[in-house]
Amino acid sequence: MPIASQISMVPVVVDDEKCIAEKGCRTCIDVCPLDVLWINEETGKAHMKYDECWYCMPCETDCPTDAVSVNIPYLLR
Amino acid sequence: MTLPDDITVKDVDVLIIGGGTAGPMAAVAAKEKDPTASVMLLEKANVKRSGAISMGMDGLNNAVVPGHSTPEDYVKEITIANDGVLLQKGVMTYAENSFKMIEKLDAWGVYFQKDETGEYDMKKVHHLGTYVLPMPEGHNIKKILYRRLRRHRVTVENRYQAIRLLKDQDGNACGCISLNTRTAEIVVIRAKSVVMCTGAAGRIGLPASGYLYGTYENPSNCGDGHSMAYQAGAELTGLECYQINPLLKDYNGPACAYVTGPLGGYTANSKGDRFIECDYWSGQMMMEFYNELQGGNGPVFLKLDHLAEEIIEEVEHVLHTNERPSRGRFHDGRGTDYRTKMVEMHISEIGFCAGHSASGVWTNEKGETTIPGLYGAGDMASIPHSYMLGAFVFGEICGTNAAEFAEGRDFAELDVEYITAERDRILAPLKRTDGIPPSQFEYKVRRLVNDYLQPPKVTKKMDIGLERLIAMEDDIQHLYARDAHELLRANEAQHIYDCAQMAAVASMYRQESRWGLYHHYVDHPETNNDDWFCHVQLYKNEAGEMVCKKRPIDPYVVELDDNEKNAYAQMRVQQTG
Repeated sequence: MPIASQISMVPVVVDDEKCIAEKGCRTCIDVCPLDVLWINEETGKAHMKYDECWYCMPCETDCPTDAVSVNIPYLLR
Repeated sequence: MTLPDDITVKDVDVLIIGGGTAGPMAAVAAKEKDPTASVMLLEKANVKRSGAISMGMDGLNNAVVPGHSTPEDYVKEITIANDGVLLQKGVMTYAENSFKMIEKLDAWGVYFQKDETGEYDMKKVHHLGTYVLPMPEGHNIKKILYRRLRRHRVTVENRYQAIRLLKDQDGNACGCISLNTRTAEIVVIRAKSVVMCTGAAGRIGLPASGYLYGTYENPSNCGDGHSMAYQAGAELTGLECYQINPLLKDYNGPACAYVTGPLGGYTANSKGDRFIECDYWSGQMMMEFYNELQGGNGPVFLKLDHLAEEIIEEVEHVLHTNERPSRGRFHDGRGTDYRTKMVEMHISEIGFCAGHSASGVWTNEKGETTIPGLYGAGDMASIPHSYMLGAFVFGEICGTNAAEFAEGRDFAELDVEYITAERDRILAPLKRTDGIPPSQFEYKVRRLVNDYLQPPKVTKKMDIGLERLIAMEDDIQHLYARDAHELLRANEAQHIYDCAQMAAVASMYRQESRWGLYHHYVDHPETNNDDWFCHVQLYKNEAGEMVCKKRPIDPYVVELDDNEKNAYAQMRVQQTG
């Protein structure tokens, strides 16, 4: 059964300038109930890897550098 | 026979599955009961921010506080709200321990609203009694629980999904098979007793937005516990009494009549008129909500635009910082201001949740399931209308009883053949090179649930729905996951699949209508107390089939007067003149 990949606009945005993942910070990744934030292998920063968001906000609230913003998923806006 | 090297085994005295609300309380209680016992809290996410209250809670919805109500009053209210079908002893156990738990949480640093005299500032939201206690600063509750876990040295294991329960030769619960959701490692946890606190099954139906994760419940609460209990042979109950909630349309979060009601807000129709007497969530109330939506007076709205500025600010502070704090930006995105515009509401997808209705894994007043050594608390267990405080109360009861059950027991011998076969089954989607993505499989199950299983329930529709679901059994062998995360979703999708079938089978078994919209069965429109004043228990029989049976209702501990029984049946505002 062949497969295809589709793109998706994701609700969580991480500001690479502010994100300190390279210093070992994993706060947003740790607190996400759905485990959808991961380290971007290319940039070394946190990013939303899977479009499976409950827009619940621990990632934004707990980020020590205010690098994370949660938007309402497009389908719900 | 020994286990293959790729399967790790961990031994603990008491295993708690699920670290949201009930789970941390159960873990602490088990340690308080037996400080020498090893207690593990297994969590699919991270206990710091997991479960239904990951961002806190804005109030207690069922506080039984002396001077405002008695346990007997509360048992009566829930008996009426639940059309008489409940284990009253269980609700009484909750009610008798409710105030003690509030005092315990208060001592731990949870802030409850108090009036000028220092008393708890109770609000009336229910139809009859006064049970709502606001927690305007309730956003820190997970932090407070976490501190307690550390203090009691509970072993916390984050990012593990429990997938199958283990039973010993005598049929006692003796642990679980779990999956590390980051590495796809299989870990067997051997325990002397098990408490399940896995939350609601909130991902059975599809939200109207079509977004799989835009659910009312935290979508990590997808019915793992319901499926695990079923597969292990436990009885579930009341699954036909769906959870259906009145929510903000599309956002799918609570409109929070419990917060806004005491301040003067209410549910209104498109004319701005009140049409229900009481905003407390019940099947009867949802029926009126549904009728209004369908009957030409819809849409339905949350009306706040008549309130004073300082009241609106209070509403905004509570609702936009607590429980579901992103609702403020949802309103901003649409230009909705409570001051000038009513907020559109809608009806949620279906789910199983004892926290709000009455469906779940059967548990009694001791928190025991029908499997010895297996306990259940919170939204997945069957004590009705429990909400957060009920999860704490029964979490404590289950943790205490599980520690007692574990005392003096030995670890069971592992069934190597079963565990190895389960490992192969669980990991199979990772071994394939193509196939059906978990998200597509899940979407299809949930779309079928919406098309065929949500009320109004019709036999012919449910027949088709069940047939289509059973046909999807063949698809499971084609599920395809590219990484450990997708494997987690593949396993969740199978649990959702089990829950969807349970919804159909239980609904078709109860051939009457009850609980307003929750079990509005068009083929059997009347409530039939002669034949159906009973629990419907769903379980897997020895042939592996999903079947139901009746369970008589235990004698009441609080009798109802005849004129009280129908209090919730008169929800619609009576027109005068």
